[in-house]
This record gives sequence, C-alpha cells and structure tokens, in this order.
Amino acid sequence: MMPAQELAAGPARSAGRPVVPRLEVEPALVSPDQATCQVKIAAHRLSAWFGAQQVLRGVSLDMPRCQVTAIIGPSGCGKSTFIRCLNRMHELTPGARTEGVIALDDQVVNTRAVDPVLLRRRVGMVFQKPNPFPSMSIRENVLAGLRLTGSLRRGAGDELAERALRQAALWDEVKDRLDEPGLGLSGGQQQRLCIARALAVEPEVLLMDEPCSALDPIATARIEDLIHELRLRYTLVIVTHNMQQAARVSDRTAFFLLGELVELGPTERLFTSPSDPRTEDYITGKFG
Amino acid sequence: MPGTRHTDREYEAQLGELRERLLAMTARVVEMISASILALAARDEELARRTIERDHRVNRDELEADELCLQILARRQPMASDLRFITRALKMVTDLERIGDLAVNVCERALDLAELPPLKPYRDIPRMAELAQGMIRDAIEAFVSGDSERAAAVLARDDEVDRLYESVYLEILSIMRREEGVLESGIHVQSVAKYLERIADHATNLAEEVIYLLKGRDVRHQGKLDPGSSP
Repeated sequence: MMPAQELAAGPARSAGRPVVPRLEVEPALVSPDQATCQVKIAAHRLSAWFGAQQVLRGVSLDMPRCQVTAIIGPSGCGKSTFIRCLNRMHELTPGARTEGVIALDDQVVNTRAVDPVLLRRRVGMVFQKPNPFPSMSIRENVLAGLRLTGSLRRGAGDELAERALRQAALWDEVKDRLDEPGLGLSGGQQQRLCIARALAVEPEVLLMDEPCSALDPIATARIEDLIHELRLRYTLVIVTHNMQQAARVSDRTAFFLLGELVELGPTERLFTSPSDPRTEDYITGKFG
Repeated sequence: MPGTRHTDREYEAQLGELRERLLAMTARVVEMISASILALAARDEELARRTIERDHRVNRDELEADELCLQILARRQPMASDLRFITRALKMVTDLERIGDLAVNVCERALDLAELPPLKPYRDIPRMAELAQGMIRDAIEAFVSGDSERAAAVLARDDEVDRLYESVYLEILSIMRREEGVLESGIHVQSVAKYLERIADHATNLAEEVIYLLKGRDVRHQGKLDPGSSP
C-alpha cells in the first residue's frame, strides 16, 4: 500500500469535477511564496519502477500554476516516466508501480480513491508523435475526449471545437475543413490538433512529452509560441531533449539524472550558472 | 557522468582556440605596455614606432576572436560556463584591444616628448605601468587557473593606480605653474599618466569579467547603480 493511499480519505468523486482526498500532511509541498506562485501539481518523494527496475528515485518537485516547468536530462533519466506518473499513465504499463505522493491542488491523486480517467481530464497530455485518431475528422478529433467521458452537451460541439482550436492556434488554418480527416494535416498542425484535443476537456495541467521532436523548425516555433499563450491559463510541464527549447519556453527547469532530480531552478539561472556540476556537465555537453 | 572535456571534440577545440587567442592577445598588449614605457623613458623613437605597428596585430586579434565567438554562438548555442565564457570573451577582447590602443597613445606621446627637453625623471609613471601590467596578468592568470580570488584581488589594486595618477597630475600641475616653457611636455606626461590609469581600468574590467566567468556573479558597478534598478 502506498503512503499516499494511507493519507487518503473521503469520497472519490461527485457529480462534477472529481473530488480527491485532502492531503493532510507534508506542508512542504506548498511553496512558501504561495501567494504569487501557488503550487498546482506536486510530486513528493516519488519513486517509480518498471518491474524490478527503478526509474525514479524519490523525486520531489513542485510545479506552480501558470508557469512552464521544463524537465531535461539524458535518455533513461526518468523524465518521461515522471510526467506519466503525474496523470497516472505510468500505472497502465504492466508491472509498473510507484511510491510517494502526487498532489493536485494539495490533494493526493495517486490513490485508488481517485478515478485516473477523471484525473486525466484535469491533467492532460500531449505526446511526442502527433497521434490524431485516423478515422476521425478534425472536429471529431477535438471532441473525442469529451465524447469519451460523456461530457459533450448536445449542440455544444461546434462551439467547443472552435474554442479549443483557437486556443491551440489552429482555427484559422482549419476552419474551412473541419470535416476533413485529421491525418490530412501537416505534422505541426496535427500536433496542434492534439493540443486542441487535450484542451477541449478543459484541463488544469497540460503535460507535454517531447511535443516538437517530430516537427520542423517552423512548426516547432508555432508550438513554442502557443506554449507562451497557454501558460497564461494552464500549468504546463514539458519534457524535452532540446535544451534550447527548454531555455526558450520555460520559467523553471528541472534536470534529471539516473532517476533523480539533480537540480531545479529558474530557467535563466540554470542555463547560465547551474549550481550542480552534473547539471553543468550535461548542459555544456560533457558526458564523460 | 561528470567529465572535464566536451564530448564533441571539435567544440572543445573551438573553445580551446578562443582561450589561446585571448592569452596570446593578452601577452601582446602587456608587451606593448612595457615597450611603450621603455620608449618613453629611453626617448627611443624607433621602439615607439615599432610598438605602434604591433597594434595592427592586436586589432586583427580582436576581429578574429569576435568572429570565433560569433561562430560558436551561432553553431553551438553554448550554455552555462561555456555561455559565460563566450559572452565574457567578447568583452575581454574589447578591453584588450583598448589597452593596445592606449599603449599606442603612450608611444605617440613618447614620440612627442622625445623632441622636447626632459621634464623630470620618471618615477610614478613606470610604477603605474608595472601595476597595470600586473593587474592584466593576474586577471588573465586567474582566468587560466580558475582562481576567482586572484581576480578579486585585482579590483582593489585599481585604487593604487588612481592614487598614483592623482599624484602625477598634481606634480605636473605644480611644475607647469612653477617653470617656464614646460607646458607642452607637461601636458604630454599628464596624458601618459591618464592613459595608464585607463589601462588599469580596463584591467579591472578584465578581472570583473573573469569573476563572472568563473562564479556566475556580476561584480560590476557595485554601489554605483541607481536605487531603482537591479543588477
């Protein structure tokens, strides 16, 4: 039994937004400058395994609302696993397990009392490779999440699709062909379509796992411009191999190595004067 | 994982080349200062002219180092200590090039003074030159050895050069008030002292740049910023 589950109490859901148990201990999860930089989602002593292999080792990380937190690190450092733990996608892998606490608005969410499907409505995700549903039109792709959760009101589809596509900065490019297949779009447009699909369910946190690694520089610039817009409304966490991208889009950057959080700092400091020599070596390209 | 060298050897070589260029440029300007003071004291016009010629090489050093920095910025997108090194190298070459120009100015005054009767034996001016050269050398050796305390020690020595300049200025002023026909040489000698004082200022800049490069801490203009601004 995970410690987080022992902390959990109360009903798991209500008619509307999922109700998750209050976190009654670990005040350190709440940032001291909460008034201006309130923590939206936090991991506390989070460890994760694939079978016997441990891939995260006691990571504690606060991600403030309306900020972009970038996670960088070499392949296999646990950065993708980390964000997949935040919306409990990690546990979908057979043999995978976690220990520690994930808290959303100070409420523990990695407990059996919380429905992971409802959690993923609040904590959306965009993946490395654009993955629009191949048989669906652009409009249906955007609305797919709402349909899956049965929360699409009759007659509201067009309005919701337009709103999500506008937020994803794709509306002007697709407004005349909403019924055409999503796969007919360019790679960059497909990725923005996936962002629109994630935004349509009105999440509070958006996790992005290498969202531009399959895109050309122009499409990448559009997504990065979009990230600057989205940070005004959402809490964003982006995993990227591209350090320049982390430097361009994020407010704070976390460096992971061998499953551990080595250093977390304001992006402008971490890329100019990192504190830990392991961060320095990684970002200057000294890999031993 | 920690290593001491960049995994990309070409990048490592480019950074090494920039470092070597900075060291060579430093050696050249320090030699120019020595030669300019020797030319002044020995009234050696030939040495003054040769030293002026050497500034062309320093100018070329500046252009080549700037170009190398630009290439590294454009092609490598340096981070952390590498980024601090490149951005500071751009400033350091400017300071070194200005030091070269000031050594040329000393030589030009040496040529002027060689045609005039000697004003007085030089005492404080060689001392100023020695101090300024020591400051440049120590700033650059701090850079080479990664010793930020050595760079910090350079900063305090600028005050001593300033005091010597003040002393030379007052002495020249007194001679010019007292004696006939020394106005022109007095102005030239005072100019030389001013050039050396400016060289020490550039050496101070070098030390500040080295401290930032090594520690990521900006020590420029301490206590000299308007209250509303943040460093």
